[in-house]
Amino acid sequence: MNKYIKFFLVGLFFGIVLVKSEAVSWYRIFEMFKFQSFHMYGIIGSAVTTGIILLLISKKMKLKTIEDQYLKVPKKANGFRRYVLGGIIFGLGWALCGACPGPMYILFGTGVFSILIVIAAAIFGTYMYGVLKDKLPH
Amino acid sequence: MEYILQPWPWYISGPCIAIVMFILLYFGRTFGMSSNLRTLCAIGGAGKKVAFFKFDWKAQRWNLVVVLGAIVGGFIAHHFLSNPTNINLSQETVSDLNTLGFANAGKSLLPPELFSWENVFSIKGILILIIGGFLVGLGTRYAGGCTSGHAITGLSSLQLPSLIAVIGFFIGGLIMIHLIYPILF
Repeated sequence: MNKYIKFFLVGLFFGIVLVKSEAVSWYRIFEMFKFQSFHMYGIIGSAVTTGIILLLISKKMKLKTIEDQYLKVPKKANGFRRYVLGGIIFGLGWALCGACPGPMYILFGTGVFSILIVIAAAIFGTYMYGVLKDKLPH
Repeated sequence: MEYILQPWPWYISGPCIAIVMFILLYFGRTFGMSSNLRTLCAIGGAGKKVAFFKFDWKAQRWNLVVVLGAIVGGFIAHHFLSNPTNINLSQETVSDLNTLGFANAGKSLLPPELFSWENVFSIKGILILIIGGFLVGLGTRYAGGCTSGHAITGLSSLQLPSLIAVIGFFIGGLIMIHLIYPILF
């Protein structure tokens, strides 16, 4: 049980940040795709910039994880079609219901229970990927 | 306290998200929210029928705990740390949404035109939520990650596949908002 507490706390912090940043709001996603506010670009841009710096520092300092391994990010497989096609499908859904997977769970916490329909549909979508995997171009 | 209750500016929120990613790497894990959807399929027994879901989901329990924390975090932030709860949208967005039929844009976290039960129980309303969720779930696994895995983790580690995926996210989003929304609403 104890080993899970730290993950719970990370999730707790993540949930608070995404609500306070308004990134869980359907309205903010709409506004982003309309290019009418810098807000979401600022969030993603400053997150990536901070992330790049943190990863460079940890590489430089040869930082180790709590499991005593060198800290590193798993490499995504090479490819093109799966990233473009999967990305476009994801983007269509993201803009339609205004929520990507993290915000879906967080919105449930804020008391929007109709989001459970979106979560159930997302689980089904993931299931269908598993079924169709070998037929899709990768 | 006043600063916490107000909406957080992007230059605070963005770095906080990067810290979440970094802490998970430090714990020997990765930041990826959509993997939980696959785990939930496996828990539901999908591995019996489809090989893609035949994996040791118990090793992924830590990520479900992150989700549990995020749900509680959402509850706390919305009910105790937010005053006001309206979204300070740009004026253009509010008037564009009004034209599409969304009244009171930004007065709440989500538009009641999409998420209220009244709307959910209409054919169009439920189809939007189901199709939207379905595309997110299908697309994220096909692309091998979502906003957390590709846009934050992948771009932070300068990976080309993630850049391609994020460009895909935007192509899809722009098609939806600029070409499909005007037909839907």
